[in-house]
Amino acid sequence: MPTETSAGPVIEVAGVTKTFAGVRALDDVDFALKRGEIHALVGENGAGKSTLIKVLTGIHTPDGGRVTRNGQISTIYQEVNLVPLMSVAANLFLGREPRTRFGLIDRTRRDADAAELLRGYGITADVTSPLGTLAVGEQQMVALARAVEADADVVIMDEPTSSLEPREVETLLEVVRKLHQEGITIIYVSHRMDELYRICDTVTVLRDGRNVHSGPLEELPRIELVSLMLGRSVGEIEKHGTTAFGEDHHADTRPVLEARGLTSTPRINGVDVSIRPGEVVGLAGLLGSGRTETAKAIIGALPLDHGTVFVAGKPVPRNVKAATRAGISMLAEDRKTEGIIPNLSVRENIVLAALPRLSRFGVISRSKQDRIVDTFVKRLRIKVSSPEQKVAELSGGNQQKVLLARWLCTEPRILLLDEPTRGIDVGAKAEVQALIDELAREGLAVLLISSELDELLDGADRLVVLRDGEVAGELEGAQLTREHVLKAIAAEVMDDAASHQNRHQNSHQNSR
Amino acid sequence: MITQAAAVRTKVLQRQGAAVALVLVVAVSWLVFPRFGSLDNLRDLALQGSFLAVIALGMTFVIITGGIDLSVGSLYALGGVLAAWGSQYGFLVALALPLLVCGAIGLVNGLLIARTNMAPFIVTLASLLFARGLLLAITDEGATTYQIAPDSAFVELGRGTVFGFGYPIFIAAVLCVLGGLVLNRTTFGQNVFATGGAEQSAILLGVPVAKTKIRVYTVSGTLAGLAGALTAAYLQSGVTVIGVGTELDAIAVVVIGGTLLTGGMGTVVGTVIGVGLIKVIQNVINQIGTLDSNYQSVVSGVFLLVVVVLQRTLRR
Repeated sequence: MPTETSAGPVIEVAGVTKTFAGVRALDDVDFALKRGEIHALVGENGAGKSTLIKVLTGIHTPDGGRVTRNGQISTIYQEVNLVPLMSVAANLFLGREPRTRFGLIDRTRRDADAAELLRGYGITADVTSPLGTLAVGEQQMVALARAVEADADVVIMDEPTSSLEPREVETLLEVVRKLHQEGITIIYVSHRMDELYRICDTVTVLRDGRNVHSGPLEELPRIELVSLMLGRSVGEIEKHGTTAFGEDHHADTRPVLEARGLTSTPRINGVDVSIRPGEVVGLAGLLGSGRTETAKAIIGALPLDHGTVFVAGKPVPRNVKAATRAGISMLAEDRKTEGIIPNLSVRENIVLAALPRLSRFGVISRSKQDRIVDTFVKRLRIKVSSPEQKVAELSGGNQQKVLLARWLCTEPRILLLDEPTRGIDVGAKAEVQALIDELAREGLAVLLISSELDELLDGADRLVVLRDGEVAGELEGAQLTREHVLKAIAAEVMDDAASHQNRHQNSHQNSR
Repeated sequence: MITQAAAVRTKVLQRQGAAVALVLVVAVSWLVFPRFGSLDNLRDLALQGSFLAVIALGMTFVIITGGIDLSVGSLYALGGVLAAWGSQYGFLVALALPLLVCGAIGLVNGLLIARTNMAPFIVTLASLLFARGLLLAITDEGATTYQIAPDSAFVELGRGTVFGFGYPIFIAAVLCVLGGLVLNRTTFGQNVFATGGAEQSAILLGVPVAKTKIRVYTVSGTLAGLAGALTAAYLQSGVTVIGVGTELDAIAVVVIGGTLLTGGMGTVVGTVIGVGLIKVIQNVINQIGTLDSNYQSVVSGVFLLVVVVLQRTLRR
């Protein structure tokens, strides 16, 4: 770490540990924030960033270790934490309103002060209109202005640009720089490499609850940063069989799924994906790069600005029902909220999606149900005492298989899997991976989303790498190495021609 | 996010929608029914509205925090009985007893809602039953009606007049002006809006959400008790059968007045206009004479529906 510590650190954290329900969210973390710096805090999902922020701000009390604060901290969250129905001025001064001599809120002065203050942040909107009428970027700016006005010495910005338009991002970064010049210390949490390298002085990388690196940002090459976040050494190139995936699959030549120019501002922008029958295509990229959004766009669950999904050459209307009828099924990332119905039985959970096919005049054939459930329980090796067992009683891996069975019994041609092995134990993970392999070999087209690079490299025949909602590269064959993926994620483009062509195609499709 | 246009439309609807309807209804009534515009009738109308206005004022605060208070109808009746019973011990007891008891029940509502995170609907439904039961218990199942001595000072509170306008009208007017000031010009008022507008954000902004909730339910209970006391003074007795469904009337006028049932937005002026609208319609239906007075409820219901549908579609 650099030594020009003129003043002591504003915040210092030493050996902090925090455990939630047996899971260690922070493990012996040291962290020092120097006065006046812009400090990048990075790490993948679950690395402990939010927990660290909450420890810094005092929302969480650490189980062990020491936290020293020498200033007032304010946090700007990704979702603007203001009140949309109240006026801009009321939000800005909530709790600190100027008063008349009768002790009542002086609205005239409040509004005038607010208008003047916000002009400094480039906002000229009517301060008496509800905050919710402002664009998200402007709302974020109001939150920022509020924090600074509350005499915060330290402002923590948690993914402030994740839902902003490019133009709004520029304004925000401009304001961040201005605050920096005014001597305010900033912790900047983001996955966007460009932004980090443009404005941050120092970086701290968290992984699995540990601080794996702290130091000046410009001395750290992008690819090093990405590999620190993901925990893979750059030199590690060769593939090795840590996963249960088999050989590459024989793939038909004509794609069964073609998604062209999927655009939903600001999440994804002109994403193209095509999958052939029997092929597993992996979606790689950092959190927030648009992986889940791409899958949701394909199945019609994400409203699109542009883009079309074709199944076997025919365009599919943009809704889930039509997509399902065309043969697309999706296994959502969060089993608990988007899939499993815990209090229903294994049988009921499995046949849920296939009910329309199993019923005649609204009457559901029980014998057909039992037959299907029996087939899948055997085939997917779901460990249940009986098909009538409640799904809530199963392990995570078996729950995931139940969900897989649910979508398989609709006989899909295309299966979208969003983090299919997250949160399940190692053994079950290998089984699910083997199953994906098997399904592809039987001719299913699979889109695999995973944060685990190994899983993608071993499981996929081809990788589409996303960065900031755009395709940053497509890798196949000999290019399927960690180094190539990391480079694509870190935007150190090595195959200039290919990437250029890609972007060219995207812009072409957007203009349609 | 709300779009600019939708916000403006909501604002217009909230500020002017009910007012326009009130002006129209009053104008038509004035022309069609000669007796409507008479001073006597207007005095009577204002007096009838003042009791509901006091209850609805408290309800406005509750609904802006995103809550609901179903107990006010029962508390209104209980307040009246307590005032009538207390009047034998003098003016102060007659007034203080209902305020304290109903305020205390409101406080309990607030504590339960804020501290245990139970749904306001359930908590206040429980106190609706509790207060109604208590009322029946202290009146021998409604058989005993406590009378207030006609010459007592307490009766004057309900029946006294200035230029023929009853005291309750002035009391309600003063309370509504105060309520509007509190809502718009004090920190507590801002906290009420913030709590209902976005509770999680409000917590992060340092708004004392729990304290705010406790306060609005206490205020709502106290005001319901006061409305009961004023009604008892006016009727010179603690009538046990009043207040059934009054909580629904109060909710209806608040919503008709443009306060969002989901919280975060609303005005006292709107509530007063809502009370006016309901009472004028009731008055007119009574004047038609041939029309069953139950149609008043039908018309109120239609109004409420229209307002809620408009709120929803215009916010899109």
